[in-house]
Amino acid sequence: MSSPVMQRVNDFVIKLANVNGTGSASANGLLSKTIFRMGVPISAKNFFPSNIQGLPTWYEVRISKDGYQSRSGRVDVMVAMNAETYADDVAEVSPGGFLLYDASWPLDKQLLRDDVTFLGIPLAKSCAEEFDSARVRILMKNVMYVGALVALLDLDISVVEKLLEEQFATKPKLVPLNMRAVKMGYDYAVEHFDYPLPVRVAPMKATENHIMMDGNTAAGLGCVYAGATVGAWYPITPSTSLMDAFDGFCQRFRKDPETGEKRYCVIQAEDELSAIGMVIGASWNGARAFTPTSGPGISLMSEFIGFAYFTEVPAVLFDVQRVGPSTGMPTRTQQGDVMMCAYASHGDTKHVCLYPADPSECFYLAVEAFDLAEQLQTPVFVLSDLDIGMNEWRCPELQWDDGYQPNRGKLLDAAALEKIEKFYRYLDTDGDGICARSVPGVHPKGAFFTRGSGHNKYGGYTEDPDEYQEVLDRLARKFQTAAALVPEPVIRQQSGITDAVICYGSSDCAVQEALDRLQDSGIQLNYMRIRAFPFGDEVKAFLKSHQRIFVVEQNRDAQMVSLLTLETDVDREKLISLLHYGGFPIYADFIVNQVSEYLGERSSV
Amino acid sequence: MSYITKPVARHPGQRKNSLGLTARDYEGGMSTLCAGCGHDSITAALVQAFFELEVQPHRVAKLSGIGCSSKTPAYFLSASHGLNSVHGRMPSIATGANAACSDLTYVGVSGDGDSLSIGLGQFAHALRRNLNMLYIIENNGVYGLTKGQFSASADVGSKSKRGIPNQFEPIDPVLTAIALGGSFVARSFSGDKHQLVPLIKAGMAHKGFALLDVISPCVTFNDHDGSTKSYKYTRDNFAEVNKADFVPHAQEITVKYDQGSLQPVTLHDGSRVFLRKVTEEYDPTDRSSASAYIQRHQQKGEVVTGLLYMNSDAPDMHATNNTVSQALRDHEYSDLCPGPDALKALQQGYR
Repeated sequence: MSSPVMQRVNDFVIKLANVNGTGSASANGLLSKTIFRMGVPISAKNFFPSNIQGLPTWYEVRISKDGYQSRSGRVDVMVAMNAETYADDVAEVSPGGFLLYDASWPLDKQLLRDDVTFLGIPLAKSCAEEFDSARVRILMKNVMYVGALVALLDLDISVVEKLLEEQFATKPKLVPLNMRAVKMGYDYAVEHFDYPLPVRVAPMKATENHIMMDGNTAAGLGCVYAGATVGAWYPITPSTSLMDAFDGFCQRFRKDPETGEKRYCVIQAEDELSAIGMVIGASWNGARAFTPTSGPGISLMSEFIGFAYFTEVPAVLFDVQRVGPSTGMPTRTQQGDVMMCAYASHGDTKHVCLYPADPSECFYLAVEAFDLAEQLQTPVFVLSDLDIGMNEWRCPELQWDDGYQPNRGKLLDAAALEKIEKFYRYLDTDGDGICARSVPGVHPKGAFFTRGSGHNKYGGYTEDPDEYQEVLDRLARKFQTAAALVPEPVIRQQSGITDAVICYGSSDCAVQEALDRLQDSGIQLNYMRIRAFPFGDEVKAFLKSHQRIFVVEQNRDAQMVSLLTLETDVDREKLISLLHYGGFPIYADFIVNQVSEYLGERSSV
Repeated sequence: MSYITKPVARHPGQRKNSLGLTARDYEGGMSTLCAGCGHDSITAALVQAFFELEVQPHRVAKLSGIGCSSKTPAYFLSASHGLNSVHGRMPSIATGANAACSDLTYVGVSGDGDSLSIGLGQFAHALRRNLNMLYIIENNGVYGLTKGQFSASADVGSKSKRGIPNQFEPIDPVLTAIALGGSFVARSFSGDKHQLVPLIKAGMAHKGFALLDVISPCVTFNDHDGSTKSYKYTRDNFAEVNKADFVPHAQEITVKYDQGSLQPVTLHDGSRVFLRKVTEEYDPTDRSSASAYIQRHQQKGEVVTGLLYMNSDAPDMHATNNTVSQALRDHEYSDLCPGPDALKALQQGYR
């Protein structure tokens, strides 16, 4: 209260501390969507426990007129609804900030702070008086604080009502009930506090043609648009919602409304070993098939991944990375599977990996993954992570080119097989390491025996060293072809600048923000975001043309630096790792501070 | 797996089926298994069954895992697609393949190590899903390729070649399959082609998971005195409950049976299995009495064979999923992609 209060319009963070399983998610979603509908860019992140009911959970909404999506590191408004974490939540509020709490019970005076404004609202008490059933009281308590925030943050109450009408289109009775709770909160705030707060929202027009979507939803949608028909999976956080999304979209788009017949098949497997086996079986048989999983799942799938590599069966795997090793922290984010996916399995294996940086890229790269898997006849990994997969990001509306046709690579149909004198599955006639492929039952000439054991270029069994090595060398050639086919990096560079930053995946948003801030303080860095492995010429040229390169990653061991060092001739000394791996998403300040510190130390030497 | 290319010999007098193919056209490469291996007799029975069923070879997918049994798909139907996968994981390959294309014939060949140890989970779950396939376990109670370790189907007291008795309870694939709700459960003996061929044919006609457990003695590691999976022991303790005759849908029924012991079972495609009962008390449509009967005889050391349990009403995986009849892989892309307008409309819900 004694701190000077700064005006922060459309540039602040609101964090909501809840107990999981109390229905707070839908109230919090209502809040963030209201701001989004007012045209103001936001990003929303969940920090939640590996639990169903009763443990602390946080929802953080960053309102950023500049459109920054990473965590900001500050909290301007805290809604403290969880007594258990109350002390920590109070401590986390940035000086000059506000804390909204349930005043149904007296506040522990020891937790008060001079530099934070406490706003008490008797939420539980009011809802107990207003609503009958216990369940409704708990739910409406959440909706009531949204109502208070409508007044405090200067939100548009008609947008709230519109959203409720859309949400409860099939249960319209719930709209007035929810609006009653919104008004209760709103009226209380108007009556008791100075409103709006200096921290508030003002309408903009920056979210037109944008959506709020999480990466798993986008990836599941991408699988539908890619024409995938078989999905096999074993439930694992944080990838589960990807298959839920695919299934949901297929129910909408691929189910006959009269007969209920499905033009897709989702199989919940008994484990990940089986899930990848199903994907390989389906792809071998000519369908587009995929599996979503997380790190532990990839570990279990590894034997089969090597089989698919060597037998050259396409497969698409989504690894929504979480914290490892072992069970790690299943509900926290990391980029810890970079090395594992690149070389998964025994023997000499290398795999195509794609690194989407946000949900919209999850959509587009999902489609590309199927094309690459079929063109290259090999497993393709899409490495998302919990931050991208399970949090809603602001994305430009997804676009679809109606002229798209799946690229099935060198897949021979019956007519093509008919023309061939004799079909040999592993004969490279074009010199690009990629052979023609047939699927079962299409034509008698296409029949061959797929074996993980030694096979020669004709597809026959062999234990002959030269014949085996010939196949293995051709697979290495195919991987070189892959380097030219995979998505190229995103590069922003100016000549004359020799310092650079490299990032990939979900670190990108924090890096983008950090680059703006560094530029403001006079530090210019060129930028490259790697989107795929194997590394193409552009990646190698960028490495060559810079003297000091910061590589931003969310893992302990600098896995991308390892991969770059192994797979290019970059001088290891040039690569400076900035590593963030505690489980919460990386934020811009971290990068700004590390880069400034490094450059400061260097210039002072 | 390893095989020796077999010379093609054509005899003008060979019988042809309606596709104009001879039994030779259903053969594969030369087996590299030990001389006298029971598995080779099963391979021969498969060749005969496919020839007689008049299946187009390229419409068959042969699948296997790892082990001596899993090598055998290379020894029959060389004109078919085959996939020799990783140890114990053939059922998942079969599940995916079947999901992609429901109108091929799937035959999986596995062994007791492949299905009852490393692959017990996948075996059980393919069975639960009632995947439409013929699943043969070539059961010899022993690991051959790694030279003679007991498998999970070895009986208590059965002795290894070195004379050491097995002390663990066996996993009986037949009892396991019945307990898990298998829809077609049969057992036979590699040395009894007359029983084996009709069971293979019936299993292929069955729309669902047809398990055929075939006792198949290992001449090298498990054919000695003291083994309960030897030729001698199996022949001496073979307890047949019914003799199967398979009559395809299109074929006129000319076989004459003693009506008193005849039990016809109609399959999905209209073809029928005629079971000539050897034992009056046995009812292959009663799950609990079938299990009890098999167990009762097992306690006496008898290996019950025949079509032991069948439920032709159980829906297969695609019926449960309500998948369209056209194979998923054969749909035009335009049938699968919702298109740009649908994408635009959908995204209204994400604002």
